[in-house]
Amino acid sequence: MREKQIDKLKDYKYGFTTDIENIRAPKGLNKEVIEFISKAKKEPKWMLDWRMKAFERLKNLKEPNWQKPKYPKIDYQDIYYYSAPKSTSEKPKNIDELDPKLLETYKKLGIPLQEQQRLNGIAVDAVFDSVSVATTFKDKLNEVGVIFCSISEAIQKHPELVKKYIGSVIPLTDHYFATLNSAVFTDGSFVYIPPGVRCPMELSTYFRINASQTGQFERTLIIADKGSYVSYLEGCTAPMRDENQLHAANVELVALDDAEIKYSTVQNWYPGDEDGKGGIYNFVTKRGLCKGINSKISWTQVETGSAITWKYPSCILQGDNSIGEFYSIAITNNHQKADTGTKMIHLGKNTKSKIISKGISAGFSDMTYRGLVDISSKAKNSTNYTQCDSLLMGNKCGAHTVPYIKNKNPESNIAHEATTSKISEEQLHYCQQRGLNPEEAVGLIVNGFCKEVLQQLPMEFAVEAQKLVGISLEGSVG
Amino acid sequence: MEEQLKIDFEKLLEKSNFSKKNIEIKRKNFNNFIEKGFPNKREENWKFSDLNQIISKNIKNLSFYNDLSKPNKIDQSTFIAGLEHNKLIFVNGRIEKIEFDYEEKNNIEILDDLVLEKPNNANNSLLFLNNAFVSKFFKLIVKKNYSLKKPLVIYNITNKDLVSKSVNLKFDILLEENSSLKLIEFSNDKSTTNFININYNFDVQKNSILKNYKIDNNSNSNIKYYFNNISQDTNSVSEIFLLSSGSEFIKNEINCNLNGKYASAFVNGVFLLNGSKHHEIKTNINHLVENTKSYQLIKSVLEDESKAVYQGKIFVDSKAQKTDGYQLSKAILLNENTEFNAKPELEIYADDVKCSHGSSSGSLNEDSIFYLMSRGLNYKEAKKLLINGFLLDVVEKITDSEIKNLIKNIMSLKQ
Repeated sequence: MREKQIDKLKDYKYGFTTDIENIRAPKGLNKEVIEFISKAKKEPKWMLDWRMKAFERLKNLKEPNWQKPKYPKIDYQDIYYYSAPKSTSEKPKNIDELDPKLLETYKKLGIPLQEQQRLNGIAVDAVFDSVSVATTFKDKLNEVGVIFCSISEAIQKHPELVKKYIGSVIPLTDHYFATLNSAVFTDGSFVYIPPGVRCPMELSTYFRINASQTGQFERTLIIADKGSYVSYLEGCTAPMRDENQLHAANVELVALDDAEIKYSTVQNWYPGDEDGKGGIYNFVTKRGLCKGINSKISWTQVETGSAITWKYPSCILQGDNSIGEFYSIAITNNHQKADTGTKMIHLGKNTKSKIISKGISAGFSDMTYRGLVDISSKAKNSTNYTQCDSLLMGNKCGAHTVPYIKNKNPESNIAHEATTSKISEEQLHYCQQRGLNPEEAVGLIVNGFCKEVLQQLPMEFAVEAQKLVGISLEGSVG
Repeated sequence: MEEQLKIDFEKLLEKSNFSKKNIEIKRKNFNNFIEKGFPNKREENWKFSDLNQIISKNIKNLSFYNDLSKPNKIDQSTFIAGLEHNKLIFVNGRIEKIEFDYEEKNNIEILDDLVLEKPNNANNSLLFLNNAFVSKFFKLIVKKNYSLKKPLVIYNITNKDLVSKSVNLKFDILLEENSSLKLIEFSNDKSTTNFININYNFDVQKNSILKNYKIDNNSNSNIKYYFNNISQDTNSVSEIFLLSSGSEFIKNEINCNLNGKYASAFVNGVFLLNGSKHHEIKTNINHLVENTKSYQLIKSVLEDESKAVYQGKIFVDSKAQKTDGYQLSKAILLNENTEFNAKPELEIYADDVKCSHGSSSGSLNEDSIFYLMSRGLNYKEAKKLLINGFLLDVVEKITDSEIKNLIKNIMSLKQ
């Protein structure tokens, strides 16, 4: 009986596809496609110009190649850059008008948009392939002045905000994948929290890649104005396919004076099968700017999916007394590869940063923590604390730690610690002696290992993440 | 610079009598160096220290040919006093004296007419440069079951005559089974703005012990690069201690392969820098078989505008179960313009290992200073006491008590 259960869990439960009619841009990356996307989104001219500028720059850029996991060359002309469910080409006024198939899909994913609206009190923006299909709880958020909508809508309705902040944290002149995203981004979420407002509920975006041969390039922009607070969750899944799909998103956070942004991710893109075939290339650029004094940005990520994860959610601590935090669990199994970590750039005085990273590798996988702590000469009295621990299961996998630590300020302190170990026989023995089977024992120990990070997640996510940790490691013991 | 390199290289071949085989190898190395040039910060290994830029900033008209035909005077005052030792004396890159007064002659062998080999690290252009321009390549062999009675000191002395030259030296040191060697490398520079490139290759065989102390303590404007390659067999021990303090720029690269079970490697270092000095240590400890151990401890005290870099890597092969690896780097920054960069790296492919690293940098603890001052010390004394305590921690790791005392004296650390 138990065996059966495990077998069922082993499969990637989000691996189904939804049979839904799509509108697609022609395949390939060129001016026409960018114009197509911009037109489909009914964008103003300045946005199209901005995209074109990025596209021009992209021509002179090369893909970075310093990362540890190598991948076969991506043919950028062989990807659909825009795919949208046909039924939403005229955006529905409310959720009841949505294509029932879409609702069904989200229900399968555990995000019943309708129920959620009534029960959970979490506002959800669901992004299906390239477009945002539904945003819940709009009225309630409007009352307090919070803007939570798709970025396409924001470009039309709040151009002054978008114009001011888009590209202010991840400029057009950034690295290859970020610039690619600037040129072809299709949708994503936009959040603006007005001064002094504490967002009354958790905001959440759910990303889903459905169509094949499609890349997903969403762009998220979150602005927390003076003295405001927001907690934002992000989840992602994709169907099982033999091909590798590219996901190159940009996420920009801006925190003004005394504002706080908490950004949590549970990333569970399709990781490929047991032999490492298929899966998502998750090459995401996430960056937060603590622009004002006393601002705070906190990243929490649980990375269990994707064939290759390559991302460094970063904080630029520009305002005095600002705080940056990074909590991460990264789990790789089978042939998955991850190269992830963070960057903490201290520019303002009295800035603080904290990095807690837990890496677990099993099977044939390979995991790298890569991080940068840079304290500039002006960042007086700054502190950083970094802890990165790795856990290895078996001797076919690898765990690596590559921290870069730069200190130019004598009044600042940096402390860094890292350990690598395995689950000790004593711990396993102890758990088994008390009636747990080996799988359960490992699950328990791993959850304990990750506890510091799991605690940072909002309740609903923490439960899901804990389960995910267990599922990701199924079959890796023994 | 390329023009100068070519002229100087031809001049070297013309003036020396290398074997045909060596000339061929030298040409290959020379061409490789011309192709790659001095490393710059685009190379990961040189990310924190752009050698190309450092050389062009500090050395004007660098020339590569070094006339070694005339003997140089040896300045006796530079010798280490109060320690009986064997000597290998180099002045301005020329061997001036070999003296093994304390040893049994038949248990030691020195060769200097060797065929060069291809550098095993194809990415390192400075090894190509070294191979191309080195005039004599020395090999010291310590025979089976022999332990040198007294330490060997390699003096690298440069005097005022040496200006803006590139000096290349190459040593091979072989410790046969059950042997041991204490090696002190002592630099004394009165020359200005030279580029000194020294390549050591240690082969430490079964049950042998190598203790290597590198002392660079008197201020000078030279740029130095040391490449140390160590390969260790079963049950061997290597201990390296660096006192990196004198030269304008030093990069010490240590590549250590633990090839035999129960082999262990210890790398300890002190960086004491002031002015605009910029020193780096890069270690690569490769655990290739079971039950090997490595330990690294590097401490830096930085004043004025100095800069220190620690790049340490522990590599654990999937075969190397039961590895014990440890890295710790600490730095005290005393002035506003000092800089400390670290990249302590772990690359691990085996699961039953114990590997950890730590790194910290910051200022002196004001509370400790307050404590000492409340007990009657003035600010300066308190600061000195704390710094000495900080550094003594590393010096105490030296296992040879005679040499430990010598180094304490040199660093003027009192008990």
